[in-house]
Amino acid sequence: MKRPSRMASVAPVVGAGLVGVVTSFLALSGPALANKAFVSNEKGNTVSVIDTDSWETETEFAVGNRPRGIGISPDGKHLYVCASDDDTIQVIDTESYDFLWSLPSGPDPELFVLSPDGAMLYVSNEDDNLVTVVDTSKKTVVAEIPVGVEPEGMAVSPDMRFIVNTSETTNMAHFIASADYKIKHNVLVDQRPRYARFTGDGSTLFVSSEIGGTVSVIDMLGETGPELESKIGFEVSGVQPEWLQPVGMRITSDNKWLFVALGPANRVAVIDVESREVVRYILVGQRVWQLEFTPDEKYLLTTNGNSNDVTVIDVAAQEPIKSIQVGQQPWGVVVTPD
Amino acid sequence: MRMHPQIRSMVCRVACVAILAIWGICAALPASAVAAQVRIGVLRVDRPVLVPVSRFDAKPDDLGFAGGMLGNDDNQTTGSFLGHEYVLETRAIPPDETQEGVRSLTDNGAVFLVVLGTGDDVLTAADAAGPDVLVFNAGAPDANLRDTDCRANLFHVAPSRAMLADAIAQFLVWKKWDRWLLIEGSNPDDGKLAGAYRRAAAKFGAQIVDERVFEDTGGSRRADSGIVLVQRQVPVFTQKAPDHDVIVAADESDVFALYLPYHSWEPRPVAGSGGLRPVNFDATIEAWGATQFQGRFEKLAGRYIHPEDYNVWLASRVIGEAVTRTSSADPRKVRDYLLSDEFELAAFKGQKVTFRPWNGQLRQPILLTDSKITVSVSPQDGFLHQRSPLDTMGLDQPESACTAFQTRSNP
Repeated sequence: MKRPSRMASVAPVVGAGLVGVVTSFLALSGPALANKAFVSNEKGNTVSVIDTDSWETETEFAVGNRPRGIGISPDGKHLYVCASDDDTIQVIDTESYDFLWSLPSGPDPELFVLSPDGAMLYVSNEDDNLVTVVDTSKKTVVAEIPVGVEPEGMAVSPDMRFIVNTSETTNMAHFIASADYKIKHNVLVDQRPRYARFTGDGSTLFVSSEIGGTVSVIDMLGETGPELESKIGFEVSGVQPEWLQPVGMRITSDNKWLFVALGPANRVAVIDVESREVVRYILVGQRVWQLEFTPDEKYLLTTNGNSNDVTVIDVAAQEPIKSIQVGQQPWGVVVTPD
Repeated sequence: MRMHPQIRSMVCRVACVAILAIWGICAALPASAVAAQVRIGVLRVDRPVLVPVSRFDAKPDDLGFAGGMLGNDDNQTTGSFLGHEYVLETRAIPPDETQEGVRSLTDNGAVFLVVLGTGDDVLTAADAAGPDVLVFNAGAPDANLRDTDCRANLFHVAPSRAMLADAIAQFLVWKKWDRWLLIEGSNPDDGKLAGAYRRAAAKFGAQIVDERVFEDTGGSRRADSGIVLVQRQVPVFTQKAPDHDVIVAADESDVFALYLPYHSWEPRPVAGSGGLRPVNFDATIEAWGATQFQGRFEKLAGRYIHPEDYNVWLASRVIGEAVTRTSSADPRKVRDYLLSDEFELAAFKGQKVTFRPWNGQLRQPILLTDSKITVSVSPQDGFLHQRSPLDTMGLDQPESACTAFQTRSNP
């Protein structure tokens, strides 16, 4: 197995505390400790497994139809995959890749978010204008919350007070109280809001609008509740403005950098959170969709749907360092925790 | 096709949803949110039509109306969070009752009208509605409506013939199929479409090597025994043409274009009214979230979507979006907003759609379909415009003689 030397030097840091998860891998490849990245391949109906030390694809296993949203339990043992066309969420063992059981998800689940404690899944059901709340241990639906047309993006505030859903045709961020599952606030954003992400301190929510071409900045500490503070736009010379379509986002845990996948613009924008300004555009694969950090936040992985690969970005350098071939139309990505 | 029972009860359902939503979810809104009612009328002018050449082209009874229902549902869901109520009323009328149809809708309080009909029907409706009502053309492709006969209260969500022809022309030129054999029908609308293709050829540098007219001799289109005849007629009709890369058919009357593929003398692809067809929307498109949209429509209507349904849905969403953003159902405010840089709408076509401020035409991508799948979407890569690539299709500002939009705030 090829391994770039700079990768090897990083490996001990990445692998700390992960011995249990990667035992089988260690036996094959020596002393390196690594996490695993799981990539849902929307068209291939598979999940690709990437070793985050060697940056090689370890394997690819079959899942249900049209896998999109993907997540992992806080203990790293269970992988959750939305099989959108099967109207279910599959739970898969992260070591054996065996299918364990299904969770009820409501129809056409696209994207979900886990509560920080892993107890609840909040699922957006695009076809029925619902957010479904699923108890992950009892495997039951706890609540169905009517929201706007074509619910998509999901987020949970760090204090777990609010579940946020974005509806793509209604163009709102809905703030649902986790205490009673009622909508308490609605904030209008630009066209086709795709994704929502809180800063670690919960003071700010970012919502990406794919067709509007902006990221809305929502102040969670407004006088009457969450309120729109500003909008961040994008501009890349030589790229038609129509193709600057923000989708997936990640924020570093020090709340300094916001990374935004720009879809068909084939770039990830880097935003200085404090100044709300775009400082850099990183060229990645085609139709970049979702993002995930490695647990140490040294690397950011991007799924590139049209070039069937994952780009690895060096977070500190804000540079792409490697492309990894995965399955057909990669959609989402998660990385096992340390 | 029979109307789906769900649709008949639609008006009631919309109202019920609205009431529930306002009492339930809007409890969270600040007290200043005032409930506004938005009444949208859909007027469809029906004419006797011949049986179409293809069984797939039969027009359902609820053509257009089903799209309006879905648009109203979508608007109502959004409106329920804002205290806005949407009411939809539909009318199917014969051509000589257009003015009465308009009046019956506006008398009931509709200040937004969506019209499906010919160009003349649309002008009659726009003039009957008067300056205080905004009218949306959801069907007529005629150039004059966007040009010398434009109206200050008339917007176009339906693409023009020029947009449709330019969409095909860009694809053919991108394929380097530059030599066209143009075949047009003998009816007036076929001639207008042929004109749009001539204009498109000149605009994008294609060459029309020969033009032929296929006479509409009338009669039934049933093909019980007709296939044998077609198989003999079309090869002879297309014989002895100069070298050409593609046959472009201008057959809005649905007489011959669908018979051209495979039957032509030379083995050439067909585009235009047969073969590769430009459409505003159809049931083939899945990209850009359209799968969910198709699913919602099919669940509501019990059938596949037609371009007319999409156009009425789009008009309804245009109105809903403007009401949502302006918090007003005043047609003047809505008009100003639609013509401003602020307005944009996601329409399941991969990029936002906006209005041309010089003639009220909606800028939008055009799908190219072989009737089974979406083959391509125009504008094609590399066709550039200083404003938007979408303005490479249709009447650009300097080409339009429309003056009604030069003063904005006084429709």
